[in-house]
Formats: sequence, structure tokens, C-alpha cells
Amino acid sequence: MYNYPDSTGHFGQFGGIYMAETLIPAVEELRDQYLRFRDDADFKAEFAYELKHYVGRPSPIYHAKRLSDSLGGAQIYLKREDLNHTGAHKINNAIGQALLAKRMGKKRVIAETGAGMHGVATATVAARFGMECIVYMGAEDIQRQAPNVFRMKLLGATVVPVESGSRTLKDACNEAIRDWVTNVESTFYIFGTAAGPHPYPMMVRDFQCVIGDEAKVQMPAMIGRQPDAVIACVGGGSNAIGLFHPYIEVPDVAIIGVEAGGYGIASGHHAAPLTANSKVGVLHGNRVNLIQDDNGQIIETHSISAGLDYPGVGPEHCLLKEIGRAQYVAINDDEALAAFDALCRFEGIIPALESSHALAHAIKIAPAMSADKVLLVNLSGRGDKDMNTVARIKGITL
Amino acid sequence: MSRIQSAFDKLKQNNRKALIPFITAGDPHPSLTVPLMHELVAAGADVIELGVPFSDPMADGPTIQRASERALKNGMSLRGVLEIVAEFRKQDVVTPVVLMGYGNPVEAMGWELFAQRCAEVGVDGALTVDFPPEESHEAFEHLQRHGVDPIFLLAPTTLEARVEQVAKLARGYVYYVSLKGVTGAGNLDLSAIEQKLPQLRKHIKLPIGVGFGIRDAETARAVAQLCDGVVVGSRIVQEIENSSEQDLLANVGKLVSGLREALDR
Repeated sequence: MYNYPDSTGHFGQFGGIYMAETLIPAVEELRDQYLRFRDDADFKAEFAYELKHYVGRPSPIYHAKRLSDSLGGAQIYLKREDLNHTGAHKINNAIGQALLAKRMGKKRVIAETGAGMHGVATATVAARFGMECIVYMGAEDIQRQAPNVFRMKLLGATVVPVESGSRTLKDACNEAIRDWVTNVESTFYIFGTAAGPHPYPMMVRDFQCVIGDEAKVQMPAMIGRQPDAVIACVGGGSNAIGLFHPYIEVPDVAIIGVEAGGYGIASGHHAAPLTANSKVGVLHGNRVNLIQDDNGQIIETHSISAGLDYPGVGPEHCLLKEIGRAQYVAINDDEALAAFDALCRFEGIIPALESSHALAHAIKIAPAMSADKVLLVNLSGRGDKDMNTVARIKGITL
Repeated sequence: MSRIQSAFDKLKQNNRKALIPFITAGDPHPSLTVPLMHELVAAGADVIELGVPFSDPMADGPTIQRASERALKNGMSLRGVLEIVAEFRKQDVVTPVVLMGYGNPVEAMGWELFAQRCAEVGVDGALTVDFPPEESHEAFEHLQRHGVDPIFLLAPTTLEARVEQVAKLARGYVYYVSLKGVTGAGNLDLSAIEQKLPQLRKHIKLPIGVGFGIRDAETARAVAQLCDGVVVGSRIVQEIENSSEQDLLANVGKLVSGLREALDR
């Protein structure tokens, strides 16, 4: 039976708690409190209520028929996380962690963000529950994701630009950790992805599993069976693990994670540690496959999508790859953009650039499959935030 | 007897406190690190903490982050740091050197090779900030085998049960982080340190060094009265950052001499 992580937070050789001593008691307290409330009836009821009435769950599954027909192969179905309140899957986890923060008496929440979706989700729940909110965001990402920066400010959050390192998501993580170590007693760190020190990879996964749990009920209702494959994009990998985890022990469902290939794996400018077989290392509290040089320094990654532009990946994905239960592939910037355009034109849905990577892989493999095969793609977010990026690439000034 | 132990034994006999300066290897330039280390010793350092630069120094404030960035830009690596220690040992076989940094560069080299190389070049202790005792089994085993002391951190937030656990694993000395925050922060609270130390002493029989946030001679002196030694990092790195190449050794020497005088007063 598949049962990870173990009691010390390890997924096989991956995961763990690699933090400076000052924060160890904080992550241990978080673990104990989470384990206490995870099975608490009131907590579960409140989480379910918020997901239904505030987020708008369950999110529908949609058959992208015109897109599928144009490819002449497998049928593509979309799990519509883009229809959630705030426009992405990130809100599922933010709500869960905010409810925990409330029970732990923390009045100040902090977050890191790449594309800004987790920052918006955190700012949203902070407003919803009356908490002070600080969001760390790389200066480079602030440029790429201006609309989301404005949304966070409207919601009352303070957005702190991070100028160190590559000025992207990993540096925002570093800065949020520095804040946490300084304000550890008053502050709850709402971490955005299924990575970091234990219990985050487990906790974020559990909160995101609503995606796969719903799909497992919805697919049989729609087509009389489970899909042949579930497909999701993987940066840290929270939307992916949320869809994948409930399917791990369902036989005959292929699990495919799609990383950001950037300019191509061979170019060295990508954010695909699993596809590129990057060496295992330690960053941001966990042991994972990590894009690094021979000296163990973290290398700057590249992706058109800020949400995937990260050198590591969640520990459970590392394990799923190692045991062969999931396969991981990479989609390059240009392929993701083509998928973005295709979904706009064929289905009237503007996807996030992150989700466009998952969609691009489905578009790539569907034509060679028969028309009775079904691919379920997690459409993890909507693309409104990416208007500036896409316009710039197309040479258009807004 | 290890260099660290004899250094602390000698200090104790003379009723003195250890002065433990920190610099980042390769900052401002790899060719200046060995001269800087000798200058630190001449100015009164008892142990040198040599920072191994890392691309993502999560526990460090802006000053040491910038030092790390400068060092990496100069091509510094863990291999380079080990070569620096070998060079330093050509003239100084007494002063203990402790490498301080993050785990991933060591992971990339492999703990076994790292421990072996440390022993060969004369590194006495290793402190990896993001490797708590729970994740240090492999590291501990190799360091022990090669006679390199694993140095562990304790923090104001550390509960007593963990102090006991660290006491079992730690060798050389224990580094008490004097505040909740990153290196170079300015919110050190003397009375909080004073309150915490008896709890640590109950379990820790090794010398206890205190660092993070010690920015001047008076604070160093006040902190030293509560423990066995003080670690001064960001303030020295700031002096390096603000000095021209010509003034570097003189400025750092003057700063460290001032700390020494205050400790010995």
C-alpha cells in the first residue's frame, strides 16, 4: 500500500525537514497542530463549507470536444480549477492553511509567490479571515505579473519585491523564510506548493486532493469510467499532486506530470528537474531533485511561466518518478504558447501559461491515440494574469 | 586532542573568552581570504568560522548574502574553500578553522569525500545551517570517522528535549543563535540570552559560543560574560565590503583587535 510520507516526513529518500534550528520548533508545532486538526470534525466541516460557498466547488469537468476533434485522437477533458474563486487551484490550499492559522491563534500570515496566484489566494483568505498579510515576490515576477500585484494590494496585502539572486520564485521563498525566522511566534507561513519542510508537502497535498477526489466521482458520472491518463503541470507540483494522489492506487490510469522545458532541456534554460534527471539535493527545507551546478549551487531556471520557474519540485513527485508510478515530461515555451492559443480559439477558454504546459502535452499525445481514449487535464488556472506576457511575445503593446 | 578543544582549554586556563570571527571565503576576492585569515589570528581570533558561499543563503541577512554573491561571482566553490584552508595551514597549524554554510554544496561533493578532504587540509569543524540533527546521520558518521567536529546550532526557540539531543551529537562547541532572525539583525536581547543559557548548560558540556547580532565591542563583551565565546560575522563582513583592497587588512585587523580588547578587559 502506498502510504507516504513516513512519520519523519520522508517520501522514500526525498522530503524531510532541512531547516535552520530556529524554525525547527515552528515546523514541529505546525505538524502537531495539523495532525490534530486534520481529522477534527469541525475543521473538516469548515473547510468543506468554505470550499463550497466561498471557492465555488466542486469545479466542473468539461469535455473540450472541438479541440479534441481538431486533433483527431483521444478526447481531452478539463478539470476546471480556473473557475475557482481567484482563478486557480491555489485557493484550496490557502483556505486550508488559513483555517489552521486561525486555530493556532496566528494573526499574521506570509507567503511567497511566483505567478502571483498563490499570493492572490493568500491575500484573499487573509482578507476573508481578518489577518495581516505580507507577500514576497521576485522583482522579475512583479514585472511579469503586474495585474496580480495590483490584485494583492487591493485585497490589503503588502507586496515586498525581492531583489536578491535571480529575483524569481526561489528568491521569494528565501525571503519569506527569513521573515518567518524573524517573526516565528506571531506568524503563519502559508506555503504555496507541495514542497518545503514536512509537514508542508503532506498538508498542501491533502488540501489539494479535493481536485482528484472530485474528478474520481465526476469522470464515471460523465463517461462511465475513469480516464486513461491524468495530466497536470508541475512546478512545485501542488495542482498536480492534488489530482494525482487520489489516482495513485487506481489501476490503468496513467499519471503524467508536465514540467517547464523553457527553451528546451538541451539548452540548459529550463525548469524541469525531473525530466532533466537533475541531481538530488537540498533546498527550501526538503531533499528533492534540484537544478544545480557541479558545485551544488542552484542555477537560474527559465520558463515563460512564472509559476513553474523554480529549480526544485515537490518530494512526492520525486518519489512517484523513482517508483515508476508517474512519468514526467517537459513542454517548451513555444509549445505551451501554441496550446494557450488553441484553447482560446477552439473552446473560448483562456488558460494560465502554467496550465498550458499540461494542455500542450495532451495535444501532443492525443493524435496518436484512438478516439475512445480519455485524457483528463488539470486546467489549474485562468490566463487573465498572463495578458501582458503573451501580448509582449506577440509584439503587441496593451 | 583536537585544535578546537585545545583552543578552548587554553582559554579556560587563562580565564579568557573565545573570539570567533566569521568571513565568507572568496570575499572580496579568493586571493585575499588567506591573508585575511592570518590577519584575524594576529588581531586576536581564537577560532575562524569560514563561510562557504551558497546561492540561496536563507538564514543570512543582506550583508552576508551580498558577500556570498561576491564570492560566487569570483568563482568560489566548496573545493576552492578547502584549498584556501590548505594554504592557510602552511603557516598556521594551531588556529581551529570551522566551515560554515548550507548543506547542498556538501551534498553535491558527497559527505564522505568532504569529510576526508576536511581532515586532509586541516578543517576542524563543519556547521551546515539547514541540516538539523534529525537529518545529519550520514553527515555525522563521515565527519566523526575523519575527526571533524560537527558543530550544531541552538536557538531561542529550541525546546529542552532538543537541547539534550543536540548535546549527544555535538562536538567541538555549540553555537547558540542569540536572536530570532537572520545573521546581522539588530534585535539581540541580553536578558533573554542570560535566561536561556542555564537551560543549555544543564545538558551541554561543550563550550558555548553565541552569535547573530553582535555588532560592537561592548555587546561582544557583555555577551561573552554569559558564555564561552562570541561569534562576530556580519559586522566584519560589512567592514570588508566597505574597505578598499589597500585598507582591507588594516581595517579588519583594527575592528577585530577592538573586539579582542573588549573581551579581555
